[in-house]
Amino acid sequence: MQSLQKITSKFIPLRIENVDTDQIIPARFLKATTKDGFGKNLFRDWRYENDDETKPKVDFVLNQSQYSGQILVAAKNFGCGSSREHAAWSIQDYGFKVVVSSFFADIFKNNALNNGVLPVTVSDAFLQQIFAQGADDTLSIDLAAQTITIDKTGTSEKFEINSYKKTCMLNGYDDIDYLLNMKPEIEAYEKANQ
Amino acid sequence: MAKTLFEKIWDKHVVKQIEDGPSVVYIDKHFIHEVTSPQAFSGIEKRGVSLFRPKQIVATADHNVPTLNQELPIADALSRFQVDTLIDNCKKHGVELYGLGHEHQGIVHVIGPELGITQPGMTIVCGDSHTSTHGAFGSIAFGIGTSEVEMVFAAQCIMQSKPKVMRINIDGALQNGVVSKDIILFIIAQISASGATGYFVEYAGSAIRALSMEARMTICNMSIEMGARGGMIAPDQTTFDYIKGRLFAPKGADWETKLAAWKELYTDADAKFDVEINIKAEDIDPMITYGTNPGMGLSVTGTLPTIESFTDATEKQNYEKALKYMGLTAGQTLLGMPVQNVFIGSCTNSRIEDFRLVASIIKGKQKDPNIKTLIVPGSQEVAKQIKAEGLDKIFAAAGIEIRQAGCSACLGMNEDKIPAGEYCISTSNRNFEGRQGAGARTMLVSPLTAAAALLTGKITDIRDILN
Repeated sequence: MQSLQKITSKFIPLRIENVDTDQIIPARFLKATTKDGFGKNLFRDWRYENDDETKPKVDFVLNQSQYSGQILVAAKNFGCGSSREHAAWSIQDYGFKVVVSSFFADIFKNNALNNGVLPVTVSDAFLQQIFAQGADDTLSIDLAAQTITIDKTGTSEKFEINSYKKTCMLNGYDDIDYLLNMKPEIEAYEKANQ
Repeated sequence: MAKTLFEKIWDKHVVKQIEDGPSVVYIDKHFIHEVTSPQAFSGIEKRGVSLFRPKQIVATADHNVPTLNQELPIADALSRFQVDTLIDNCKKHGVELYGLGHEHQGIVHVIGPELGITQPGMTIVCGDSHTSTHGAFGSIAFGIGTSEVEMVFAAQCIMQSKPKVMRINIDGALQNGVVSKDIILFIIAQISASGATGYFVEYAGSAIRALSMEARMTICNMSIEMGARGGMIAPDQTTFDYIKGRLFAPKGADWETKLAAWKELYTDADAKFDVEINIKAEDIDPMITYGTNPGMGLSVTGTLPTIESFTDATEKQNYEKALKYMGLTAGQTLLGMPVQNVFIGSCTNSRIEDFRLVASIIKGKQKDPNIKTLIVPGSQEVAKQIKAEGLDKIFAAAGIEIRQAGCSACLGMNEDKIPAGEYCISTSNRNFEGRQGAGARTMLVSPLTAAAALLTGKITDIRDILN
């Protein structure tokens, strides 16, 4: 897994609530058997008219050239719906390292963390302040300090992450390595509970 | 100390509590399917690790299979490759597979209970958010991502933070024409599509106790649609009667031991919930959704909210976006509106009782000539039972074809899709934009309300047909 410590980047504002995983990656793209190449289909049906890459929808933020960066900022309840990890893969493959929202769906949050994409939960008020910034303004995220800062104004907010997940993210460790090292304890649990 | 049902099962399955981190939770049963497992198999292969407990895994092919001509090779090359990959992986790693053509094949959340694999007190996971269905048996069951599928492959455990607990009590008697799907759509409409995020929900109360196991599964199935990690119902005699005698149910002395343990699975009288919600069963009407998330639901006789009723600018904007997608107007009523498609199926409502309900309404009648149908049993077993009970003849006489088992138009992964701009009255669980096909307009309902639309071609109050 990719590690993440600090990032300063412009951001893409997605002012939509309840963004579900069917929008992030429609089901017809779930026929793949690898994790590669999902970025080009991220938000597919919001990005293109009739699934046609030559017809980008101009009102969708990913198609507006003034917006760029490795941070996606979305309105509340981001990632609701199915458990498809393809949603996290497509966000990562598109080039995002951080998703900011005032509220994340549980399964998406875990999937993002398991793929080195940091979900940052901010207050509603802070989210509105981010949305009020211009396309050239940047956000800075410092995972060790657990802070997110609007660079132009210097306004900052702390975000929550448990220290285990934080260590994993800072160092690029994944849960499977941890669990593999726990095998003796797991076997002991099985013996005790049979 | 007094414990909730959830806590009793959770605490028993925690192998280790990581300080300021998640719990390492032991998983009793792991269901897998073709869509969310291939990357997990290649993941453990890349690490050079073998499956830790292959006997605790059951596989089926459901999401990406055709619902016609299943005996022929799958026409779509990508789908065929994905299903073949599952076959190869299961063979290579020693996992039991109920694939296409197998008598136990079907939607993963239909076959688990049907075969008696799903039992009270278990921890159950699957790379599918509707795994919460199995909670109807008093188990902790929830959907996981593919990285977590890989964790269970590698160590039979996953890492999870302990959720908070919510209890939803539904007491009283349901109106005639109101079924369990209406209960869960009512709850989600009340608390919103994110109202239970961070919680594990226990459903309780006299209206829940009165439900069959299949009806309870419908409720637990949609727990995820309000953001809940999962939903569960304490096991009782209805549960035990359902399990007894099924293929993988405990037998003989083992049954007696298990049964005694299952009877301890209830929330203690003085246990505390973080949130408790009370609902009167008689307040629930036949429900329908009008928007693009399952929280946007109302009584089938209701009127859509006005634009002015939204004070928050983003919420107002989202409501307008949903109306535009759905081709509806604020403040309108839905009753009598023509629809073009009816889908009966999905892990929410594709069991034999659902087909009995629909058959009871359409018996001796013809479907509306303008209605296109996708009627899809949840499993081979359900399909077999439909024939055994003669329900297939009732559908055929009404001019309705019954297809073969699979997830079908619930998620529009295979060719079973709803055309852009058309309305679909659907017994499935999600009405997201494009869920049933790009541009498709989904309205979630109970099997009874779907049956009414089959006959009338319109959004209909089933109570008008029944009374």
